[in-house]
Amino acid sequence: MAELSFPKRPYRTKGGVHAPHNKHTAHKESVVMPAPAMVALPMTQHIGVPCKPIVKVGETVDVGQQIAGSDAFVSAPIHASVSGKVKKIDKITMPDGSRVDAIFIESDGEMRLSPEIKPPKVDSLSDLLTAVRNSGLVGLGGAGFPASVKLNIPADKNVDTLIINVAECEPYITSDHREILENSWDVVSGIITVKEFLDIHRVIIGIEDNKPDAIKALREIADSSVDPKDEIRVLPIKASYPQGAEKILIKACTGREVPVGGLPSDAGCLVMNVGSIAFLARYLKTGIPLISRRLTVDGGCIANPVNVIAPIGTPIKDVIEFVGGYKEPPYKLIMGGPMMGISLPNDELFILKQNNAILALSEKEARDYTPSACIRCGKCLDACPMRLQPLELANAANRGDIDGLNFYHAMNCMECGCCSFICPAKRHLVQNIRLGKALMQKAKREAIAAKDKGGKK
Amino acid sequence: MDAKLHVSPSPHLKGNLSTRGIMLDVIIALCPAAIAACVIFGLRSLVLIAVCVATCVLLEYISRKIMKRDTTIGDLSAVVTGLLLALNLPVDINPLIAMFGCLIAIVVVKQMFGGIGMNFVNPALAARIVLLVSFPSAMMHWVPALGAPQAAAIDATTAATPLAAAPGVYSYVDLLIGRCGGSIGEVCAAALILGGVYLVIRRVISPIIPCVYLGTAAVMSLIVGLDPLYQLLSGGLLLGAIFMATDYTTSPVTKWGKVIFAVGCGFFSILLRAYSNMPEGVSFSILLMNILVPLIERATVPRTLGFVKKKKGAEK
Repeated sequence: MAELSFPKRPYRTKGGVHAPHNKHTAHKESVVMPAPAMVALPMTQHIGVPCKPIVKVGETVDVGQQIAGSDAFVSAPIHASVSGKVKKIDKITMPDGSRVDAIFIESDGEMRLSPEIKPPKVDSLSDLLTAVRNSGLVGLGGAGFPASVKLNIPADKNVDTLIINVAECEPYITSDHREILENSWDVVSGIITVKEFLDIHRVIIGIEDNKPDAIKALREIADSSVDPKDEIRVLPIKASYPQGAEKILIKACTGREVPVGGLPSDAGCLVMNVGSIAFLARYLKTGIPLISRRLTVDGGCIANPVNVIAPIGTPIKDVIEFVGGYKEPPYKLIMGGPMMGISLPNDELFILKQNNAILALSEKEARDYTPSACIRCGKCLDACPMRLQPLELANAANRGDIDGLNFYHAMNCMECGCCSFICPAKRHLVQNIRLGKALMQKAKREAIAAKDKGGKK
Repeated sequence: MDAKLHVSPSPHLKGNLSTRGIMLDVIIALCPAAIAACVIFGLRSLVLIAVCVATCVLLEYISRKIMKRDTTIGDLSAVVTGLLLALNLPVDINPLIAMFGCLIAIVVVKQMFGGIGMNFVNPALAARIVLLVSFPSAMMHWVPALGAPQAAAIDATTAATPLAAAPGVYSYVDLLIGRCGGSIGEVCAAALILGGVYLVIRRVISPIIPCVYLGTAAVMSLIVGLDPLYQLLSGGLLLGAIFMATDYTTSPVTKWGKVIFAVGCGFFSILLRAYSNMPEGVSFSILLMNILVPLIERATVPRTLGFVKKKKGAEK
């Protein structure tokens, strides 16, 4: 195998927009939130098969005790984030509108650690995968893909590069930035573990150049004796949205392109969020599973924007009250970043594993506009990081034109929202493309169903 | 929390661009040419511009009302159309003819095809051509410009345009500062270039279309044996290349589409200038390329990230 080189500067990526950074919380120490009176842990906090509760109503649980799990490969177990009594198991409405079971635990305020918790013994890759699975880790950057699946690279894929995603290109969010500043040693020790067990000899930490202090902190460790062969390098990339999108980050860090419909492993890359890798290091040291996470609480309506380390399942209302409450009634409440996050109908939902921010935006920040006619300025083409034609895709979606959607590669749209952000006519481009993608999937399902029907005759 | 929250799909932030802002930038970019027109041809130019802009806005308002659609005069696109049309007319044209031009541009070409963004040819350009065919003598009656060379005068009230004048009558400097006959907005090359630079700096237009258009026209001029610089600076070429061919609605959105479109415009402009019996070819060539835009776009779909062409004979 040819020697892998490290890029001196990032490869060129196309498109993107200059969204306002608004990283107000970057220089504030994270605060740890005490146990709330009650937590609710939904059975889907990851992409994949939902978990099934393994505790009963009325049972007493300890912090870190597994309370739900699944035998499916693509899934991640769920652990109690507080100690106390299981109050009820009831359906709740998730931010995306789906109804799923959630385990409600009434906290006894003791935060009593489960006696079963001990650091896992990891001697081989399969030990590591088992440990990661048991830790309940999912991608903490927002997507929530189970980490044990991600690390379980199929034998036919040749992955030679580990990319650590610290781009954090969404406005407002600084949880990854704070993770580095507060836990930089965890980050590096997690990287070393993963790279040793997966036999990867090139680790690129892709970080936006608007975090000079984090770049410095990581460089100091990466250049020290912990990395004698100099296989870990920090690569500052241009601060522009959406540099942290997996496919864009791979292009910027390695120059490779993930094939349409493919996975990062098809481009020889494994991309992990910095929060995930730091958690992994801590888990291997302490054995405490994923029961809390750092999230940014910010927005024009928040009195005291800050990063909070909150138990998973904490009601959003409690988190906001903990940081000092609302300054003014919010116009929009968003779970995640303002470009790709989900707007919530109320603040009575709960913090999820993959939830990196809660933003309470004012009307000034998140104003809705009435769309006007497309003037065909082509700015959406320039902004699209995937080099698609959003205006044509949105038109095809509006017409219900499946062939048109296929012709313009609708499925390669990652829904970053740059087109809708830039559009001078304020058209709902990405929103329509999303509908178009749903239409395509429906057509595909119908075609398969029709074929099956035909086969039976 | 009592107040109701707004719920909508992402993204929740929007950029600062607006249709109105873009149109305002185009108007600002046309200001140097309009001011130059007033200096060169007197305040009559200002009256002509005012008539065209007012008529266009009024007609846009009325036609939207009749069609029971939202009023769109707030986006300023009708102002741009009126301004462009006025800059394409000779200064002493009958105002009624100018108003008829506005009717063609706004009602027939723009609103009847669905309003802003839906017209398949440039409204101001289509109106100019309708007027040119309907009122040829009025549309080609050029009064002498301020300080134009005596040799260019045909009689006391008429001057030759640079394209019709004998070689050597106009110097490059005459063309640059507008000491020549022509439509009020096309004579002063320097003002047009200034406007074009503003549009590129403000990122309203990409420099691809004007640069490729002018480059192709220069090469074509050499091929057919004309003086390239003289061709670029004279007639409506700069106005066409900077303000007409770059019209969003009627030019391709793809990068290579823009290149093909501009090459076509440059090629036909000079071909018509050299071999047709009309002195000017810019309007016709842009109009022709406008009609080809959907085909050009279809042929120049950009390669999406990670797209690999299936090799012939490769396994499925």
